[in-house]
Amino acid sequence: MRRFLVLRVVGKLLIPFMLLFALYVQFHGDFGPGGGFQAGVIGAAVIIFYALIFGLPAARRVVPDAVVESMVGLGVLLYAGVGVAGLVLGGNYLDYFVLGSDPVSGQHRGIFWVEAGVAITVSGVMLKIFYMFAGRGRSLEDE
Amino acid sequence: MSVANHVASHYSYWVTVVLMVAGLFIVIARGNLVKKLIGLSIFQTSVYLLYIAPGKLIGGTAPIVAEGFRIYSNPLPHVLILTAIVVGVATLALGLAIVVRIREAYRSIEEDEILAADRDGEDRA
Amino acid sequence: MTLAHLPALVVVVPLIAAPLTLLLRRPGVAWGIATAACAFSFAAALLLAAEVALHGPVSYHIGSWPPPWGIEYRLDVLNAFVLVLVSGVAAAVAPYAWRSVAAEMPGDRVYLFYTMFCLCVAGLLGMAATGDAFNLFVFMEIASLSSYVLIALGRDRRALLAAYQYLVLGTIGATFYVIGVGLLYLMTGTLNIADIAERLPQVRGTRPVLAALAFITVGVSLKLALFPLHLWLPNAYTYAPSAVTALLAATATKVQVYVLLRFYFGIFGLKLVTETLPMPEILLALSVVAIVTASLVALWQADLKRLFAYSSVAQIGYITLGISMASKDGLTAAVVHLFNHGITKGALFLLIGGIAWRVQRAGFDRLRGLGRSMPITSLGIVIAGLSLIGVPGTAGFVSKWYLVLGAIEAGRWWLAAFIVATSLIAVAYVWRFVEAAYLSAPGERTPGRGEPPLAMLLPAWLMVAACVYFGFDTSFTVGTARRAAALMLGEAP
Repeated sequence: MRRFLVLRVVGKLLIPFMLLFALYVQFHGDFGPGGGFQAGVIGAAVIIFYALIFGLPAARRVVPDAVVESMVGLGVLLYAGVGVAGLVLGGNYLDYFVLGSDPVSGQHRGIFWVEAGVAITVSGVMLKIFYMFAGRGRSLEDE
Repeated sequence: MSVANHVASHYSYWVTVVLMVAGLFIVIARGNLVKKLIGLSIFQTSVYLLYIAPGKLIGGTAPIVAEGFRIYSNPLPHVLILTAIVVGVATLALGLAIVVRIREAYRSIEEDEILAADRDGEDRA
Repeated sequence: MTLAHLPALVVVVPLIAAPLTLLLRRPGVAWGIATAACAFSFAAALLLAAEVALHGPVSYHIGSWPPPWGIEYRLDVLNAFVLVLVSGVAAAVAPYAWRSVAAEMPGDRVYLFYTMFCLCVAGLLGMAATGDAFNLFVFMEIASLSSYVLIALGRDRRALLAAYQYLVLGTIGATFYVIGVGLLYLMTGTLNIADIAERLPQVRGTRPVLAALAFITVGVSLKLALFPLHLWLPNAYTYAPSAVTALLAATATKVQVYVLLRFYFGIFGLKLVTETLPMPEILLALSVVAIVTASLVALWQADLKRLFAYSSVAQIGYITLGISMASKDGLTAAVVHLFNHGITKGALFLLIGGIAWRVQRAGFDRLRGLGRSMPITSLGIVIAGLSLIGVPGTAGFVSKWYLVLGAIEAGRWWLAAFIVATSLIAVAYVWRFVEAAYLSAPGERTPGRGEPPLAMLLPAWLMVAACVYFGFDTSFTVGTARRAAALMLGEAP
């Protein structure tokens, strides 16, 4: 795929906008369709798109394996951390009301961080799945 | 009520049933491991329809707070189905990963060939 | 402060332990985190069980949203009991897994085992603790997906096919459950279990509710391996790593029995289940067939793990037999056997894992003369086998006693005789092990003298001791079971 000039150029032009769209979907989950899962999948799709055009080793240089695996864990810890923060600040587990100065801003803050955690984990998982499946095909061909 | 009328007014439920049974049939009737997973996926999709279609209220708009609208469709089924879709994706990914490993171990993804290989292995062991 | 939050923490601590083991990759650290989390959950479950026994049901509002709008964790005698079982078994298997898993898996993947282990335990505990029907589905899938991975980690390549079959059948089961919950939601407008129970009487006889009952029954039966939906169980238990078999055999199906009990008696109610639909007769028929066929098939197995896997299917038949009686003694028997079978099979599979640590596969050809080469392990298996049969002085006897009482109370003398007769089949398959281990000369594949390491032997023997202890001191098991049965039937304890 690297040989096709049109794919390379258009890919490089589009990728920043796709990432921006992923961030848009992420932060507008409060006000429209969207949220962590959708944004995470779009973000992972961007890297997969890059890998399809420029090859898996290039994508592995952009987002290394260790980063992907830590993303998976960090997102879950962020979500659980918001829950524990609710506990520490005096409410129940996953209580958003106590996270801000008034209940509504607390809800906004809680949802923001929780969705961030979801997006990190989901894009990490989708990327990991792609790396695992794509990386495996090579060893089968060699046999 | 005539049959056509009944089907038309319960359209989403009929589609749900057709998808459900089609998915289950593929799981049971096909021997290829990947096809079984696709049947499973179709079966799970029918459930999403079962939840969301009744959530739409007549005259209701999308469940997003906006000026000038008083009737909103029920947002809870959407949330439940987002969760169910994620679970379905995770199941599909896990199933496909297991199929990849089975392919490497048995060199085949047809269920009858794999079971035959296991039976031969048992006789020899 | 923390005591009030225990209902959430008992689930959250293993859930947080999972990504921690993923990030801190070293096997020793991962094992330490997993064991600490399981130990904390066990302590929390014991405290919660004591609290519920003294002060009645405990309700916890996740996110401080009041039910029925928010998700509620509701602990009464029944699910506090299940929490104690699951966390207890997990707390025993986690230290055992240190040596067992290190021997059965390449070193660089051991931390992933502990991630899945923590997720499975968190899922099972969450299933037991939650009071929301859809939240139950989420935890059900967390536990199931992690158990598919755990089974696929087995050494034999047949573990992969076993995991795949379990995945397909388990997902169908969970989806049927979701369809049932969806129909209930459409009819009552709520997902909170207590709230559904309140609103159901108005719509009780309608077709969607009956369809929901049918879907939930079939879905949960797939997961609890009720005959004829048990086909995934023998392969899954045989080829999974030893620690995984012990954990799943002792807990996974038991929590599904709890789900069935909660839906039948907590939501649908005795009248709908027994009178409108012939559930007791169907369950009776399926249980009887399960017990007989699974016990007979167990007799012919060449592999010890597979033998006890089929035995598990038969024992689950005993539990559903108790449920089918729908009387106080029957339900007491079901709940008591849930616990007793859990600890018995946990002990058995932990000990068999000790044998597997020496000889890779516990086929009968390798077990000849095991009584001399591994005396402590063999003795443990015999004692746990006695509990399986139901010999007086072991936990299994208590469950069989209440089952027979329930059968006699219902006027079904043939059923009481049947329960005693099928215990004789259990004698036959336990005798196969006794004969091979104690009455045969050592074969060429029998290991030499030497027990598995103490880290593996100690948790296994703790569970064997529990089998004997709960055969004599039944105040905890039977007392809680009677209160749970009374709660389910709506009577005074």
